[in-house]
Amino acid sequence: MGSSSDTIIEIRDLHYSRAHRPIFTGLNVDIRRGEVTAIMGPSGTGKTTLLRLITRQLVPDHGHIYIDGVDIGQLNQEELYALRRRFGMLFQNGALLTDISVFENVAFPLREHTNLSNRLIRHVVLTKLHAVGLRGAADMMPQELSGGMARRVALARAMVTDPDILIYDEPFVGLDPISMGVIVRLVRKMNDALGISSILVSHDVQEISTVSDCSYLISDGKVAAKGSPQELSNTTSDLVKQFMYGMADGPVAFHFDAPDYAEQLLGRDAE
Amino acid sequence: MFRDLYYNLIDFLQDFGAFVLFSLRLIMYSPKTLVKRFGLVAAQVHNAGALSLVIIMVCGFFVGAVLGLQGFSNLQRFNAEDSTGAVAALALVKELGPVITALLFAGRAGTALASEIGLMKATDQLSAMEMMAVNPIRRVVVPRFLGGVISMPLLAAVFSCVGILGAHVVGVGLLGIDEGSFWQQMQQAVTDEDIREGIVKSIVFGVAASLLAVWEGYSAIPTAEGVGRATTRTVVLTAITVLIFDFMITATYL
Repeated sequence: MGSSSDTIIEIRDLHYSRAHRPIFTGLNVDIRRGEVTAIMGPSGTGKTTLLRLITRQLVPDHGHIYIDGVDIGQLNQEELYALRRRFGMLFQNGALLTDISVFENVAFPLREHTNLSNRLIRHVVLTKLHAVGLRGAADMMPQELSGGMARRVALARAMVTDPDILIYDEPFVGLDPISMGVIVRLVRKMNDALGISSILVSHDVQEISTVSDCSYLISDGKVAAKGSPQELSNTTSDLVKQFMYGMADGPVAFHFDAPDYAEQLLGRDAE
Repeated sequence: MFRDLYYNLIDFLQDFGAFVLFSLRLIMYSPKTLVKRFGLVAAQVHNAGALSLVIIMVCGFFVGAVLGLQGFSNLQRFNAEDSTGAVAALALVKELGPVITALLFAGRAGTALASEIGLMKATDQLSAMEMMAVNPIRRVVVPRFLGGVISMPLLAAVFSCVGILGAHVVGVGLLGIDEGSFWQQMQQAVTDEDIREGIVKSIVFGVAASLLAVWEGYSAIPTAEGVGRATTRTVVLTAITVLIFDFMITATYL
């Protein structure tokens, strides 16, 4: 498959199941170059799983993922690692290495993959830490940081190599309003200034609306809706409306499948 | 029932195959890691070796002291109490040194290795490395494995030496065995072959204990319960493996 120049990642007919439970059943997604693309969906839809499939931390049961026209399923480990150097990923829990300091965490990809001098590494790392407001925490250990601070350090680490594609898994969870505002602007600014492409998984509809160019709403293993934040807000689809406006009633059930409530409380099993 | 047995067999074969592949990768990556990431290996020798010294020395001393007491009281019946040093040294160098050190190593360093790697997996640190195009087996697992492999024989040697000191304190210091006889009998009884047997055992046990610890951590289910189970399995499997290997190596040397 050839890649059109404005699409950096193409996902075609993706099927993936876990423990015999289907997560994706024919998913098709295009991530456009230079844009911020948001992936949204109810809990348990497989948003994080999708990110892991895109980076081939997981292998699909069926279907293809193309990055710049290259089918990542065909890459050997060396080629895969070469591809991953083009990625930066912010994990849901930060995933900082707990045995080294904040500074060394951010410096880690540079020390592993470049021969930069210590002086230059120090310069780059402090610049990135300054961007997330944590230059003063450079000497702290990860366990001394709050959840929000750890996430900001992880963001600095994700962008330290100036990647082509930045992946954010729930970047706004646990941030105070000030940090959230700064990070939202940083995501947008970095994307535009460095010409990178960003994929953002989040539940924060409000924040996503301000930062994304295009959003995908995933439900029942497929794309339920796609469009700009404006288009999704004006939709007539019950599912999209329920998600965008956080309504309890709608096609997406709040309760996980369970037997009848009264029967379970008062039935024979209760004894 | 046969269906369950069949699935259990398939699971076992899959796990065993994964373990063999994991071991081969460790062996393949070890020489390069030793050269290119020597700093990481040295740090792990400190973690697994230096930090285990206190427990090894305390246990070694008291095991040697007990050997001194038992040796003296039993050998006295045959008027051979001067041989207490020889008996204690042979027992320590050939058997108790490597075996007890391996069991203590599994309890102190092996559990630390397994839980550390398991927790790194549970908190996505290994995935983060993968995403930064850094192979976690090379960066995390191999240095810890090599740290254990290097530490174990050294700890076994320390155990045996401190054990002999313990036997000396009890035998010569407390029970009045002649010091010259104590050392002379030991020197005559312990041969190069005995020391070689002890060294071979401690190397084999070191490889087995370190390999099992890093494998259990790396293959742990990434939850609190999974890491706890991996830690327990490390101690149990290492104890069984060490005792089986001990029997096999002893039989080979007879």
